[in-house]
Amino acid sequence: MAGLMAGFGRYTHAIVRGTPESLAKGALRSSQAEVDVTIAQREHDAYVHVLRTTLGLEILELPADETLPDCVFVEDAAVVCGDTALITRPGAESRRGETEAMKGALKELNLNVVEMTDESATLEGGDVLFTGREFFVGLSKRTNQRGAEILADAFKDYAVSTVPVSEGLHLKSFCSMGGPGLIIIGSSEPAQKALKIMQQMSDHRYDKLTVPDDLAANCIYMNLPNKGHVLLHCTSEEFPESVKVFEKLKDHMLIPVSNMEKRKVDGALTCCSVLINKKANN
Amino acid sequence: MTTEAGSETEVKENAEEKSAVQLDQSEKTTEGTQEVAATEGEERQTEKEKEKEGKGITRYLPTWFKKQKSQSQTSPTKEVPPTEEPTIKVSQEEAHIPEVNGHAEEVEEKEAVGPQQQQVKEKESHSNASADTEPAGEGKVESAQKSLEGTEETTKEGAKEEKKKEEVEKEGGQGQTFIFQSPLRLVRKNKMKLVVCHVTLLDGSDFTCEVEKRAKGLFLFFKVCEHLNLLEKDYFGLTYKDHHEQKCWLDSTKEIKRQIRSNNWQFAFNVKFYPPDPSLLSEDITRYLLCLQLREDVASGRLPCSFVTHALLGSYTLQAELGDYEPDQPRPLDYISQLTFAPNQSKEMEEKILELHKSHKGMTPAQADCQFLENAKKLSMYGVDLHHAKDCEGVDIMLGVCANGLLVYKDRLRINRFAWPKILKISYKRNNFYIKIRPGETEQFESTVGFKLQNHRSAKRLWKVCVENHSFFRLNAAEQPTKARFLTLGSKFRYSGRTQNQTRLASTLIDRPAPAFERTSSKRISRSLDGAPMISITDTSREAENGREPHLELHSDSKVKEADLSPGSVEATPAQSPVRVRGDNIYVRHSKLMLEDHDKTQEEVLKHQASVSELKRSFMEAPPPSPPQLNLWEKRLTSSPAMATRVQQQTVTTEVEIEETVVVQEISKAPKAAEELQTQEVKDRDGAGLQKKHESVSSESESDEEAEYHPNVSVSISHTQIPEEKEEEEAEEEQGKKEKLTAASSPVEPEQAAAAVEEEEKQSSKEEEKKEVSTEEPMMTPDEASNGITSREEAASVAAEEEELPKVNGETSVVEARPQVICCSEPPVVKTEMVTISDTFAAQKTEIATKEVPIVHTETKTITYEAAQLDGSGDGEPGVLMTAQTITSESLCTTTTTHITKTLKGGLSETRIEKRIVITGDCDIDHDQALAQAIKEAKEQHPDMSVTRVVVHKETELAEEDD
Repeated sequence: MAGLMAGFGRYTHAIVRGTPESLAKGALRSSQAEVDVTIAQREHDAYVHVLRTTLGLEILELPADETLPDCVFVEDAAVVCGDTALITRPGAESRRGETEAMKGALKELNLNVVEMTDESATLEGGDVLFTGREFFVGLSKRTNQRGAEILADAFKDYAVSTVPVSEGLHLKSFCSMGGPGLIIIGSSEPAQKALKIMQQMSDHRYDKLTVPDDLAANCIYMNLPNKGHVLLHCTSEEFPESVKVFEKLKDHMLIPVSNMEKRKVDGALTCCSVLINKKANN
Repeated sequence: MTTEAGSETEVKENAEEKSAVQLDQSEKTTEGTQEVAATEGEERQTEKEKEKEGKGITRYLPTWFKKQKSQSQTSPTKEVPPTEEPTIKVSQEEAHIPEVNGHAEEVEEKEAVGPQQQQVKEKESHSNASADTEPAGEGKVESAQKSLEGTEETTKEGAKEEKKKEEVEKEGGQGQTFIFQSPLRLVRKNKMKLVVCHVTLLDGSDFTCEVEKRAKGLFLFFKVCEHLNLLEKDYFGLTYKDHHEQKCWLDSTKEIKRQIRSNNWQFAFNVKFYPPDPSLLSEDITRYLLCLQLREDVASGRLPCSFVTHALLGSYTLQAELGDYEPDQPRPLDYISQLTFAPNQSKEMEEKILELHKSHKGMTPAQADCQFLENAKKLSMYGVDLHHAKDCEGVDIMLGVCANGLLVYKDRLRINRFAWPKILKISYKRNNFYIKIRPGETEQFESTVGFKLQNHRSAKRLWKVCVENHSFFRLNAAEQPTKARFLTLGSKFRYSGRTQNQTRLASTLIDRPAPAFERTSSKRISRSLDGAPMISITDTSREAENGREPHLELHSDSKVKEADLSPGSVEATPAQSPVRVRGDNIYVRHSKLMLEDHDKTQEEVLKHQASVSELKRSFMEAPPPSPPQLNLWEKRLTSSPAMATRVQQQTVTTEVEIEETVVVQEISKAPKAAEELQTQEVKDRDGAGLQKKHESVSSESESDEEAEYHPNVSVSISHTQIPEEKEEEEAEEEQGKKEKLTAASSPVEPEQAAAAVEEEEKQSSKEEEKKEVSTEEPMMTPDEASNGITSREEAASVAAEEEELPKVNGETSVVEARPQVICCSEPPVVKTEMVTISDTFAAQKTEIATKEVPIVHTETKTITYEAAQLDGSGDGEPGVLMTAQTITSESLCTTTTTHITKTLKGGLSETRIEKRIVITGDCDIDHDQALAQAIKEAKEQHPDMSVTRVVVHKETELAEEDD
């Protein structure tokens, strides 16, 4: 056992879920954009392909559920850290059903599954930023204080700090981890403000990588054997300026992944998978 | 004089009592009345000496040699006088004469101590003890205590004697001497009231020891550490339960009796400061104790952790206690289930623990402890001390104090965090706790965040914890001097121990072989997993012998030295003493913080100048016993108490005692002389004023509903100045007398207030006197060192204080002359601070002075103020403490202005404006002129303000030290 907080970014498994046809019309979104489900599905396939083939993760793919238009965004349904998995209670009522399949999958992986039964609590995984040393939980439209408290209860080893999210859907709509101690942050004022809060709340020092586009700040970082630092980020078609910033990360294996269609329904890269490190916990 | 007279009478009484006590206690009880008389005389002498020393000490402080000499002298005196002087003493109540004799005799005695002397010593010790006791008995106890404390030095000397008398105490060894001293003092007329203390150790066992009823916390703590064979003790502390079942840290500088609930001598040994990186600890035993604490923290739920972490930590515990997993062990689960690893321990967890335990095969206990700590330290609540509070809206929150700062939790969520660097001031008022936050990059103004605690006690407790944690983790040894000064302003309680940096430094000096210690599980021993067979040494005594016996010897030497030196100090002027006492008290209070700073600086200086001091010694005295032989270990031991002493200001008595301890240390180490000086000052004042004011002082500090602590203030200033400055002149203002009056009028401390007023008035006059005296003294010092004997009686009148001054005298006098006490119509509180000018260059006047006596203490009132700041910040909100600091640095002058508004218990508000002017410059600068100019300007700005004190501090060798 590597011990507490060792191996940040090390993953062996990923849980993903198919894209339902209902996504086009049923998925929640902050804009009025039209979504082409076919393109979205193609993007998703490419995404899973990267995880499975390029990165060698073991993929657990849940079937899409047409009654749950947002079900492809599995991240919001669970928070996994170490071998503990917290089944969330999404703030959007239409998404509450997504947790059932997720719970089953997590139990199948022999994780300690903790459920959020408190009726007053809401939490979506998109509001949870795990830095390797601590959690930041965005208090947003989808996540409330009580949800954060339950998360803190589930992961007692770690400090859990709350960060108000005034704009954007989730905390991770404008930030994510780009490495151990490296926070990728959007350049908007709310994003920068949130970063300041996080820095103030933390006992640890974080470097920041500021990208021009908030949405581009959502990346997936992994630290994989034989591959080292891996960063899945947006494509240059989507955010050319931000990609230039990523390209400065010399130590990282950079993998652009297109997410154009899903972004129309506020789906970011991290939203589409739940990453798990099984071996570390055995 | 009045005070002295009173003390004398007391002394007489005491002496009688003492004699009785002595008879009872002393092994050689059968001594004749003459002896008794002698003892009485001795006692008187000692007391007087103490007083004198205390008074004189202040002055005295500047010269290390003096201290050393004085110390050495004193000890001999004490020893000798009893035998030779008895008749004289009997006839003469006054100590002066005896002292003189004592000095002469001392030298002889040192070389050959006859049985009589030993007896005498015993008597002396008894007398000392009795003296201590007496005060208590008489009701003037406090004064007596102070004197006793002064005596403590003698006591230290008498440590040997003590050994004879108190075998029990002997256990401690040299390291214990400090402690012992206190116990000796503790001895009362009633034959020494010993109290049995029960200390719950980290392994759950109970440690029982006897402690003198008036012993300070430090004594007990040292006893426990000794029992544990713990050297890196600065991370630990003792706790007790107060009347409300709240766990409180035992203040090592105060009497235990005054802190604990009535007669409940029950304590627990705990980790006080959780080292952020336990791998940096030097000894496995320290890590082991930390592990024990953390196991308890984890098992009790105070340190929350996840299932996996519980299992992991538990498995390391098993490995450390049991060694490798043994597959053939029958039903291991049964055994494990008897151990508590977690609040909600399940079979599942136990299985997991066992499973993980298997994977640790081959790991030694020490390695397992390390792994345990490596994981535990990452837990978010590691080392976080939680306090219940409410935010401004009445919402329940938790405030967590830790190494990095102050954390704010709502339920389990961290909702805010204030790192130490962000905090400008920590204060509490009634049940409110405030922190003032440094303005952010984009913010212009400081903000103050307030929290409501359950009550006044909890607010104060939180505040104390903050002050201590900040000091321990944040303060750097290098930074301390400057910071300390500033910190000094306003607040009374300070962390008295070593900082983490200091303790780490000290740890590097540990050169003993890793001590063997027994783990809770006896199975461990048989297995000898460590490779080397484990020998469980439970007896502290054996272990103690290794490092400590040498200490004892050293101490004895030091004692002798002290004895020699002491006479000079003792000689303090009787006339002056009474007056000063009053003024001194006030002084002491405020100056305490300053002391810390000075001490630190001084320590450094001392180190650097150690060689110089030795030269001086040789020059001054033919036989100055030097303590170069100290083990590193010993050094550590000695140093820690000293540190503690300096810091603590709250209880005068306590401080005094500690100070004495310091003296011992100094003896051993030349470099610490400066510290001594400061302490001595305190002592003097205390001793003089203690009788009357002692209680009041302590009450103030303790009873205060509010206190402030400026963690970071003026850091920049200090830094910049320190390296370059050779001379610093600080002038602090004290608020008008009116404030004091108001304070006096306040229900809480009427006596104090009155005393304070008197003090102030008297101080000015006294100071002047002192100055005059001091001029002469420079000459005196050398003489004293060499002679010590003859002129003393006459010279005795010249306060020890004077002695201290000589070096600086010229400068001091100039400074002092100008500032006069001006009554302020305003209500501000008068603070007295010591301005010390340590001038290497200034020392030129006297060779000795130059090198040896870097620091001169002068009491003068200085001060100035800026009305604008007062108006703006000070008065704003009644309940809130406002501090505005303006730092202007010019070529020579740095001015710091602090406004502090407090609300006192009585509902009275106190506004203090302190202006500190620091003049920094090379030797070519005309300090006097610069100071005069500064004062002039300050007065122009604030005509209402009075100059309360001018302290000239010349630091010559700081720069070198820094290097």
